[in-house]
Amino acid sequence: MASPSVAVVGLNHWFGSGANQRQVLVNVGLQIQPGEVVLLTGPSGCGKTTLLTLIGALRQVTAGSVRVLGEELKGSSRAQRQLLRRQIGMIFQGHNLLRCLTAEQNVQMGADLLPNLSYRVRRDQSRDWLRAVGLGDHLGKLPHDLSGGQKQRVAIARALAANPRLLLADEPTAALDSRTGREVVDLLKGLARDQGCAVLMVTHDPRILDVADRLLCMEDGQLTEANGPDAIQ
Amino acid sequence: MSLLWRGRGIPLAWLLLTRQPARLTIALAGIAFAGILMFMQLGFRDGLYDASVTIHKLFDADLVLISPRSVSSIGMAGFPRRRLVQVMADPGVAGTSPVHWNLLLWRNPQTHANRSILTLGFEPTDPLFTDPALRRQSLALSQLGRVLFDEQSRPEFGPIAKWFREGRIVETEVVGKRLRVAGLVSIGASFGADGNMLTSRETYLMLQPNTPAGSIELGLIRLKPDTNPEQVTARLKGMLPNDVRVMNKQEFIEFEKNYWRTSTAIGFIFTFGTAMGFVVGCVIVYQILYSDVSDHLPEYATLMAMGYRLTGLLAVVAREGFLLAILGFLPAWLAGEGLYILVRTGTKLPVYMDAQRLIVVFAMILLMCLGSAAMAMRKLADADPAEIF
Repeated sequence: MASPSVAVVGLNHWFGSGANQRQVLVNVGLQIQPGEVVLLTGPSGCGKTTLLTLIGALRQVTAGSVRVLGEELKGSSRAQRQLLRRQIGMIFQGHNLLRCLTAEQNVQMGADLLPNLSYRVRRDQSRDWLRAVGLGDHLGKLPHDLSGGQKQRVAIARALAANPRLLLADEPTAALDSRTGREVVDLLKGLARDQGCAVLMVTHDPRILDVADRLLCMEDGQLTEANGPDAIQ
Repeated sequence: MSLLWRGRGIPLAWLLLTRQPARLTIALAGIAFAGILMFMQLGFRDGLYDASVTIHKLFDADLVLISPRSVSSIGMAGFPRRRLVQVMADPGVAGTSPVHWNLLLWRNPQTHANRSILTLGFEPTDPLFTDPALRRQSLALSQLGRVLFDEQSRPEFGPIAKWFREGRIVETEVVGKRLRVAGLVSIGASFGADGNMLTSRETYLMLQPNTPAGSIELGLIRLKPDTNPEQVTARLKGMLPNDVRVMNKQEFIEFEKNYWRTSTAIGFIFTFGTAMGFVVGCVIVYQILYSDVSDHLPEYATLMAMGYRLTGLLAVVAREGFLLAILGFLPAWLAGEGLYILVRTGTKLPVYMDAQRLIVVFAMILLMCLGSAAMAMRKLADADPAEIF
């Protein structure tokens, strides 16, 4: 079996310092294999997002071990994390698109991270991704002119355009109605599978739990493996 | 190896600016305003320096003699005319011309108000000027009581040029003596002299009867072809007593400019004005770029989360500054040209756009924009990709 995309062992994390110090992650351990779709649920404030930022190399790991795509993040430098992030696709709760760029240009900001490709190739790839998420008719529109669901789909296309080996998503369906949410998740799963990349998705949305290969539940900074959709009801 | 720069990519800086037209317009208006301010201040300053030497440039002379007590065109002291005769003894000298030089009171024939006019008195037959037309016109001065009036003098001297062209006999009084205008010349006013008038030595002495006998303010020296001016200057300096100074024409011009540069507040005032324009521009550009970075902070953080380097994003801000500099300079240039025309017609000062001033102002605008961009970049350090989830 190939080495896991994500391997977390004994991860602890604190916010604040001195008397205000608060532990948000307690001895967290998990593994995600390539091609696996893992869903993470739990009440708000339980540390899900913190775990996501640590795995996404957005935050320095202080205690414990986090290996992502073969790289140890404990003690990593800023430059190492920045390079690693190029292989991690991230989809945020807010779409976080660049307001001044069209849908196509936004996606190309992701494709532009791929080395050794000509402008034309990167642009064509961006268009292909937008067509894949069903926005072929909206290439030249600014985020301002797109609906919430469309914006989220642009953000997904942008994350996928960089050919990530790991996809992190924080409540990608929160801003969407159930039908669009379903579409987005199916799309994510399908496209991620085709790319053979691992997916870790934080969600509160019970309607999309069935896409998961595995379900994790977090409470008060501790992680437990849930056994199925019923576990979180 | 910033990917934002390698090869062709999305022109992020350009799009950030152009997709916010209101902000761009304000930024460009601010930069153009600062640029116009700098163009005007520098234009006035250099125009003043140039205007102060319009007369100096007209003389047909290789070397000049002045009194060491002379400070400028508005404070010329006399020296003995004998010195010019001594100069003729040098084998390199082809000819000399004595010139009287003073500010006299001219009465406006219409309003009867008096005003200082720069007056040159010389032998009408002397080849004083390089301009042949001016030499021909000088011959009209051989009759006593005749003057040539500078038609570019300020209007406060009266509608002399208009009346003269209408064929009227234009007469007025200078220091209480009646004079007739024999012709019009075109020289140009300066800060020191509002107008100019040329006359013969004889007429000049009639106007200034108290001039010490044999005293002149300026001696022009023309050299024979193929003589080395530096050698002649050295010989003359050795030969003449120290009641005269020998200088070449360029030194004479610099002597005058230097007076206005160093002995008056004008240089300081206009340089200070230029600095103010620069500071105002810096503040405006900094405000614009700072708020631009602040507004887009989550977007910059997103790009960092995607794996873009901080240096690449700093380069975007720097590029914004560079584009603002270029886009703001163009309207400043155009407006500057237009305002120079206004200044030329309004003040008769020789204020012209030259390549050196264009380069100076562009360099200052560039410095202003890049400096402000560098300051605004510090805000980018606040972009924390961990905060955007």
